[in-house]
Amino acid sequence: MDVMKRVPVAEQEAKVRATNFEEVCLGYTEEEAIKEASRCLNCKNAQCMKGCPVSIDIPSFIAEVKEGNFEAAYQIISKSSALPAVCGRVCPQESQCEGKCIRGIKGEPVSIGKLERFVADWAREHGIKPTPADKKNGHKVAVIGSGPSGLTCAGDLAKLGYDVTIFEALHEAGGVLCYGIPEFRLPKQKVVAKEIENVKSLGVKIETNVVIGRSVTIDELMEEEGFEAVFIGSGAGLPRFMGIPGEQANGVFSANEFLTRNNLMKAFKDEYDTPIREGSKVVVVGGGNVAMDAARTALRLGAEVHIVYRRSEAELPARAEEVHHAKEEGIIFDLLQNPTEILVDENGWVKGIKIIRMELGEPDASGRRRPVEIEGSEYVMDADTVIMSLGTSPNPLISSTTKGLEVNKRQCIVAEEATGKTSKLAVYAGGDAVTGAATVILAMGAGKAAAKAIDEYLQNA
Amino acid sequence: MYPIVRKEKLADKIYLMDVKAKRVAKACLPGQFVIVKMDEEGERIPLTICDYDREKETITIVFQTVGASTERMAQLNEGDSFMDFVGPLGCPSELCVEENLEETKKKSIVFIAGGVGTAPVYPQVKWLKEHGIDADVIMGSRTKDLLFYVEEMRKVAGNLYVTTDDGSYGFHGVGTAQLEELVKEGKTYDHCVAIGPMIMMKFVCILTKKLNIPTVVSMNPIMVDGTGMCGACRLVVGDEVKFACVDGPEFDGHLVDFDQAMKRQQQYKTEEGRAMLKLQEGDTHHGGCGHCGGDK
Repeated sequence: MDVMKRVPVAEQEAKVRATNFEEVCLGYTEEEAIKEASRCLNCKNAQCMKGCPVSIDIPSFIAEVKEGNFEAAYQIISKSSALPAVCGRVCPQESQCEGKCIRGIKGEPVSIGKLERFVADWAREHGIKPTPADKKNGHKVAVIGSGPSGLTCAGDLAKLGYDVTIFEALHEAGGVLCYGIPEFRLPKQKVVAKEIENVKSLGVKIETNVVIGRSVTIDELMEEEGFEAVFIGSGAGLPRFMGIPGEQANGVFSANEFLTRNNLMKAFKDEYDTPIREGSKVVVVGGGNVAMDAARTALRLGAEVHIVYRRSEAELPARAEEVHHAKEEGIIFDLLQNPTEILVDENGWVKGIKIIRMELGEPDASGRRRPVEIEGSEYVMDADTVIMSLGTSPNPLISSTTKGLEVNKRQCIVAEEATGKTSKLAVYAGGDAVTGAATVILAMGAGKAAAKAIDEYLQNA
Repeated sequence: MYPIVRKEKLADKIYLMDVKAKRVAKACLPGQFVIVKMDEEGERIPLTICDYDREKETITIVFQTVGASTERMAQLNEGDSFMDFVGPLGCPSELCVEENLEETKKKSIVFIAGGVGTAPVYPQVKWLKEHGIDADVIMGSRTKDLLFYVEEMRKVAGNLYVTTDDGSYGFHGVGTAQLEELVKEGKTYDHCVAIGPMIMMKFVCILTKKLNIPTVVSMNPIMVDGTGMCGACRLVVGDEVKFACVDGPEFDGHLVDFDQAMKRQQQYKTEEGRAMLKLQEGDTHHGGCGHCGGDK
C-alpha cells in the first residue's frame, strides 16, 4: 500500500448514477476504513482539529477506528458533533480538517470525512445512540428552525438536561438537509431522518408547521409559553434573483424552488403529487454547492445541463468532490460567462438565454479577482429551463416581528460570534441567520457555542 | 395531525371544511391563508382562511375541485385528518387591522367576489361588520348552482348584490357590470376589494381604474412553501418583484401585472391534467394522455 495515497472509496458508476437518485458515494467497508485510519500519523499537535469548526478529536477517533473499536470512535465524535453522518458527507473537508492534514503536504490527506461517515453509518447500522441526560433541570428553551444549527443547539442543551422544543416552519425537520441537499448526496430516510431521531432520543421535542412571526412570535413564546431562552437558527432561505429581463418567465426557477420540489416534495417519484419541470436543456446560473445540486438534479430528471458561472474554475465555491462528480456525470461548465437576459416565447416560456463572456480583473473586497464583461461577446444559448442559484439571504419575517432584535443591512441577525448573544436578552442566534449562507458545519459550530452560552446564562440567572 | 371536524358540500365541486389547528386559529386574521398537505405523498396547497373560531380552535377552508389534489381532498370526511396544516401565512388584510380602524371607517367600501373567491371575502366583511362598518358586496357566479354563502354574506354585508353570468339568479351578468350599474345609479365607492379568478380580478381593475376607485386584489399564484423561501409565487407589482406569500397576498390591483401572473399560473397545466387523468382512470390508466410513459 502506498501511504501517500488515500484508500479509494467505492462510488456508483457515473453513467448509471446520472439516471438515478441513489447515493453516489458508497462509503468505506470495515477493512477499508481500518486501512485508511492507519495512514493517520496521530499528530500530537493535530492541525486537522484546528480546521474543524466543532473541534472533533480527530486523531483519537481515528486511532479507535484503526483498532476496529468503532463504537468507541462514535462516542468520541458524538461529544463534539450531533450530525456526523451528515457532516462526513457534506462538509467541504478540503478547506477544513483535511486541508490542514500533515499527510497532505507530500501526498493525499487522510480521508477524515469518509472515516467520520463510516463511523456514523456503522453506529446507525448497529443501533448505537447518543446518551441522554440523567435528569431534567426544569428549564425550557425554544429553538427556532430545525436545520443543522438548531439541531445541534437543541441536542447539546438536551444533553445538559434542558426541556427543549424545536419549532419548524416546514412539514419536515432538517432544514437544508431535507429540502436543499439532494438524496444522491445525503439520503433522507437512511441518514437525515435517523440523525433527527437521535436528537429526539435525547428528549428534544419538534413541532413542525409553526412559522415563527406568523403562527406565534418569539415574544409570545417567552411571555405566554414559558420559554426562558430562545435560539434562532432560522437560516438564510430567501433566494436572490439577478434582476435581468425575462426572469419572471415560465421555466425560470430559484434553485430553492427546484430543489424543494424535488427533495422535500419528492417530485422525482411518481407516487408523489408535486410536479416539477424536467426541462430538456437546463441552464443553472451560479457556482456554489447549491448550483451543483440543482444541476445534477436536473440531469437526473433527463435534461442536458449547463452551469454558467461568471468566474473561472479556481473560484468555484462548490466542494471539489461535487464539481468532480458533476463533470463525471456530464454537466457542461460554461465558465467566465454571465447571463444578461432571458429570452421568452409568445406563451411566456423561456426559449433561450443571452450570455456575455467575462475576464478576470483586479481582486475585489473578497480577495477574488472581479469578473469584467468582454464587450461585444454576447451570444444566445437555447434553453427551456433556467435555475437561478445566486445565493440566499435571511428571511426578515422573524426579525421584523421580534421586538428589540437588531439586524444588519443584509437582514442578518447581529450576534456575538463566540456566544450567539443577540441584542435581545435571553435570545441567541447562529448559523446562516447570522452569517448569511455558509456551511452545515459552521452552522453546527454556532449552535454548539450558543448552547454553551445559554446554559451559562440560565445557570446564573 | 389536523382533524376535520366538519365537512359540507356547498355547491357543485365546492367544499367547506372546519379543521382543528390550534395555533392558526389563535393567530390568524382575515386576508391570511394556510397551506395544507393531505398525506405523505400530497402536495402543499395554499387556501385562504374563510372563517375561524378562536374558542373551538378551528379554521374554515373552502375549496373547489380543480385538479387531482383537490379532487382527492374532497374525498376526505369528518374524522379524517390533514397531515399538515400551516399558517396563518401572508399579511392580514389592511382593512382588518385594529390600528387602521379610524381610517377604514371613513371609507365607502365595495367587495367583489368571484366564484370560490366568496370564501376569502366573507371573513373580511364579517370583521368589518363586527367593527361597525357596513361594506357592500357583489357576489358573482357562473350559474345559480355554484352559488354559496349567500345567506351568511347577507347577514354581514351592508348591501348584497348577487350576479350570475347566465341570469339564473340575481343580476344577469358579471360582477363588473353590476358595479358599473351601481355607480351609474349614483353609488360612490372609494375602496374596492376584488377576490376571485385572476381574469376576473384583472377586469375589475380595468374598470375601477376607469372609475378611479383604488382596488385591492388577493393574488393566487402557484406556491410551494408559502414562507418566502422559493419565489414560485413571485409577481410583478409596479416595478418590483414581490413574493405573494410574504409580501401579499393582497396588492394594489392597479399595479399588478395580471397577464404575466396568469401565464405563470399555467406553468404546470400539462402535469396537472395528467395527474387528473391518472386519478380518474385509476387502475385503468394507461397513459392515454400520451406523455407519462404508462403505455410503453
